[in-house]
This record gives sequence, structure tokens and C-alpha cells, in this order.
Amino acid sequence: MSARAPTVRDDALLGAGETLQSVTDTIADRALDRPPSRPWLALFLVALGLTGLFMVSIAWLLLRGVGIWGINIPVAWAFAIANYVWWIAIGMGGTFISAALYIIGKDWRSSINRYAEAMTVFAVSVSGVFPILHLGRPEFFYWLFAYPNKMTLWPQWRSSLFWDFCAILAYLIFSILYWYAGLIPDLASLRDRARSRGKQLFYGVLALGWRGEARHWAHLEALMLVMAGLAVPLVFSVHSMVGLDFSEGLLPGWHSTIFPPYFVAGALFSGFAMVLVLGITLRRWYGLGAYITERHLDNLARLVLTMSLIMAYSYLAEIFTSFYSGDPFEIGQSMARFTGAYAWVYWLVIACNVLVPQLLWWPRLRRSHALLLLVGLTVLVGMWFERFMLIVDTLYRSYLPSMWGMFYPTFWDLAMLFGSVGLFLFLFLLFARWLPVISMHELRKLVHKRATRVVAEEGT
Amino acid sequence: MTRAGWMLEFAGPAALLAAVARLRAEGFTRIEAYSPFPVDGLAEALGAPRSRVPLAMLVGGLGAGVFTLGMEAWASIVAYPINVGGRPNASWPAFLPPALEMIFLGASVLGVLAMLFLDRLPRWYHPSFNVARFTAASRDGFFLMLYASDPLAGDSGEAAVRVLLDDLGAQGLSEVRP
Repeated sequence: MSARAPTVRDDALLGAGETLQSVTDTIADRALDRPPSRPWLALFLVALGLTGLFMVSIAWLLLRGVGIWGINIPVAWAFAIANYVWWIAIGMGGTFISAALYIIGKDWRSSINRYAEAMTVFAVSVSGVFPILHLGRPEFFYWLFAYPNKMTLWPQWRSSLFWDFCAILAYLIFSILYWYAGLIPDLASLRDRARSRGKQLFYGVLALGWRGEARHWAHLEALMLVMAGLAVPLVFSVHSMVGLDFSEGLLPGWHSTIFPPYFVAGALFSGFAMVLVLGITLRRWYGLGAYITERHLDNLARLVLTMSLIMAYSYLAEIFTSFYSGDPFEIGQSMARFTGAYAWVYWLVIACNVLVPQLLWWPRLRRSHALLLLVGLTVLVGMWFERFMLIVDTLYRSYLPSMWGMFYPTFWDLAMLFGSVGLFLFLFLLFARWLPVISMHELRKLVHKRATRVVAEEGT
Repeated sequence: MTRAGWMLEFAGPAALLAAVARLRAEGFTRIEAYSPFPVDGLAEALGAPRSRVPLAMLVGGLGAGVFTLGMEAWASIVAYPINVGGRPNASWPAFLPPALEMIFLGASVLGVLAMLFLDRLPRWYHPSFNVARFTAASRDGFFLMLYASDPLAGDSGEAAVRVLLDDLGAQGLSEVRP
């Protein structure tokens, strides 16, 4: 074999010399003993402030109604729906990366699945707030669901809005269960290592008395495998339902079968970007370089790049279908997108989602964490604007000039967007402080796997 | 009875597997084995049948799916039929998406409940927690517990059991308080 320069592909998934003890102790101590670091505290205060802003905005909204937002006829959907789609999309990436890599047996998921699943739980929780707030009469949100009632009314089963409600409900509960089931053995590790009575109680109650019995492991592995198998179609179905919310509308730009796959691709794209951003941050703060290695970041960067190409294809396909339809309203809508009042949004989206990620072609750039972080954040911003573009571009320029009108966000629109970011950060920072950010039992399995491989190689 | 059983600690998964196989061969049945990560073949060595969790998930998923479809059909055909442009009331393709989501929900909820039921969890007290070294089971320790309630252990007497356990090559052996 000819000699070649070593690349990031040769890096190990786990630092050399890691043992069963060291992986458990390092990660458990991050949750048990390490006092909050200064950047953590600073960010936590920011998150707390933004969460407060979010709560005030919600209270004001409940008092005054959706009129405090910039929405009106014709643009009756804007920030709230964009925020909802953006957040639930970010969640998708976490589930997909955890479940799909589990099914195909990729070991590199072990270091990232835990925080990716946590990210999913928090993102979906934040996203679920928005459709309810957007209802106008949020106190009647339960009317969405089928339940026996004195009015003998039923929901409209054929409406994608009802499908979407089922999808969010199923996805939220599923992602919490998937996360928690995998967390139980790690909570037991924390219980066994905690020294103060309070922490022993806290983790002990949550660990449900897990003791690592062989039959318990077998049940857990069976559960996680089937759940992973369900999670992949679940991710695709949930975001397809979100896409169908728009497809079922008869407006130019929305009424298209491209929406479900287009939405799923966008969801995985923004989700992977968020996994990358959080991974780099956690690695830096908690000194997890031995677990979240160059190779993990490289793999994530490649996934982001792949999804960026699929997004570019989707954007092209959307333009093609619009012109190929020959429908003057569809074409007019596309032209308005390129050159209309919101053209700057469209070109910003193209720059953030298609052009900037192309930097990731260069292996050298994929090794720069600052650049990866920057690309990840750019993609997240780009994907938010994409959701905004998809919603507002169609609504502001519909069939008749009498249906034309602009959308201008108010202070409360912005407060809720940044407030929701704050709530997500708040939840994620609490998770990073109190729970193991990496799955300890999966790392132990990886350590064992590596040890048996070394033994086998020495034996031959 | 003064003890719940005996706890043995082993150096690694292979030694634990060998000890389990030996005890099973001798005819002991009430054994539990603990490891910090799932060890291939350990549950089978203990004589555990295939996990029934996937079966529970199948039942939960199908149950939720059929229930949802049934509810949709009943509501749109019997309870609250609406004529939308002459389309059939039983427009089943449109009923599938909610049923699909409920399949995922039913399967996951019943799966987690089945796992907890089969594990007999939550169970916050267990005699094994009385062994001081046992906290290592969630870190790097491999343990085996032979229950004193094992019929064979009761028949053969304490001395014989101790002789056998001493012969298993464990790193540590202690009695477990109930």
C-alpha cells in the first residue's frame, strides 16, 4: 500500500486510554461535581432573561390576543408559524441522527445521541407552544383533539391541521420516552456516584432502581432498537404533516406535492446544524475532546454539507415546477420571490443555506471549529428565514391585487422569537449542568468493543 | 432467613459469563447478573426467553392504529357525516395519517410500560444495593447474585454452596443482607 497523509478519518472515535472507569467518571463528574463555569453562568443568565421575556410576551398575548403581532389579512400566518416549523424541524435532526445511526450500527453516534435527543425534546417542547398561542383562543386548544363532548362535534379528520396535531402530540411523547429510556442506566450511574444525600435521592428516584441486570439490559436493547426503527419513519411523517399544512392550502407557492420532502430535507438540515453547534460548544466547555472527536465533527459537517446540496436541489425543483406548471399565478409568485418586496429574504436564504455550507468541501476548513460553529449558526439563521419566506411570500402576493399586502413584525413578534431561543437555551443549559451529556453506558460498550477487537487482533 | 443471597464480583464479562454458565449447569435458577453495559449472550445464559418488549410494541401500535381508524370511520360515517361535494364519508386514505401517528405513539408508550413491567421497575429497594461494592455495577463492575431462595441452594445447604461459589474464581464474595 502506498503511504498517504493521515486524515481525520483515521482518528479514533474515542481517546486512547479511555477505560470503563474513565468514561463514567469524566462524564458523571461533569453532572455531579463540576461547579458552573463562568461562560455557562453568563449564558444561563441571558437565557433566563430571554425566558422571562417569553413569559411576559405570552402573558401579554393571552391578555390582548394575537393582535399584538404584526399579522393581519392577507398575511395571517407569520412569525408564530415560522417559529413553530423552525423549532420542530431542529428537533427532527436530533431524532434522526440518533435513530438512523443506531439502526445502521454506526459507533460514532454514541457520543452525540444523548445531547441530540435532549435537543429534540426541548426543541419540540418549545415549538409546541406556538400553534397553541396562534389559535387566537388558546384556552380552547383541546378542541383540536377528538374527545367526547356535549356538542357531539368531531374534528375534521381529513384536514392536515388535525394530522399535524396528532403528529406533534405523538412526536413529543415519543421523543421524551426515547430520551428517558436511554437515560435510565446513566441516571443509575449518577445515583451510585453521588455523594450528597440530595443528589442520591434525585438521581435515585429518576433511575427507577435500575441495577444493570442482564435481562433488564436485554429488554432495554430490544426497546431501543424497535423505537429507533419507528423513529425514522416518525421523523419523516411528522415533518411531512407540517409540509402538508401548507400543501393543502390552494395558494400559489403552497399547493405543491414537493412540500413534504422539501420540509423533511430542511428539517434534517437545520437539525444537523444545531447538533454541530451544540456539540462544538459542549466539547469546548466540558473538555470532552476525547469523546466528541475531530471525526465526529467532521462527520456532522459532512452531513450538513449533504443536506445543503439536497436543499439546493429542492430550491431548483421548486422553481422548475412553478415554471413548468405554466400557471401564471405560480410563475408570478416565483418572480415575486426573486425580485419582490421580500427578495432580500430569498437571497439571504440562498446565501446561508446553499452558498456558505459549500465551504465544508475543504477538509482543512472542516477542522476549524470556529468556522464549523459559524457555518452551523448561519444555517440555523438561514433556515429560520426560509420558513419565514415560505409562509409570507405566498400570503403577501396571492391571486388578486386586493389580496396583496405587507407584513411588518412588531416588538412582540421579535420578543417571542428571541424568547423561544432563550427558553430552549434555558432548558438545554439545565440539561448540560445536571444530566450526563453523553451516554455513559454506550461509551462503556464502545470501550468494551475496542478492547475485544484489540484482543482479537493480538490473538491472530 | 438472615441473608437474601450471595454476591460475587468478577473481573470482566467473560468471567461473569463463565460463572453464570457453570451455576446454570449445576442447576441453580435464581441468579441475577449485573454489568455496566449490555453483555452479549448474558441474558440467554441466564435462561431468559427472547424479550417480549417488541411484541408489546406491536400490540400497542396495532391497537392504537386500529382504534384511531375505527374512531375516524365511526365519527364520519355514523356519528357526524358531512357531505363535502359528494365525496364518500368513508374517505379512508385521509384517515391514515392520524392512525399512523397514533401507531407510533401506542407502540412507544406500551413498549416503555412493557419494559418497566418485565423489569419489575420502578423498584427503589433491592437487596443488592446493600453490598457496598455494588455501586461499581454502573461503572466497571461485573457482579453475580445467587438468591438464597434458590431451591437448589436451600437443598444442598450453606456449606456446599460456599464451596461451589469459592470455586467460581470470583474476585470478591459477600453475603447480601435482605
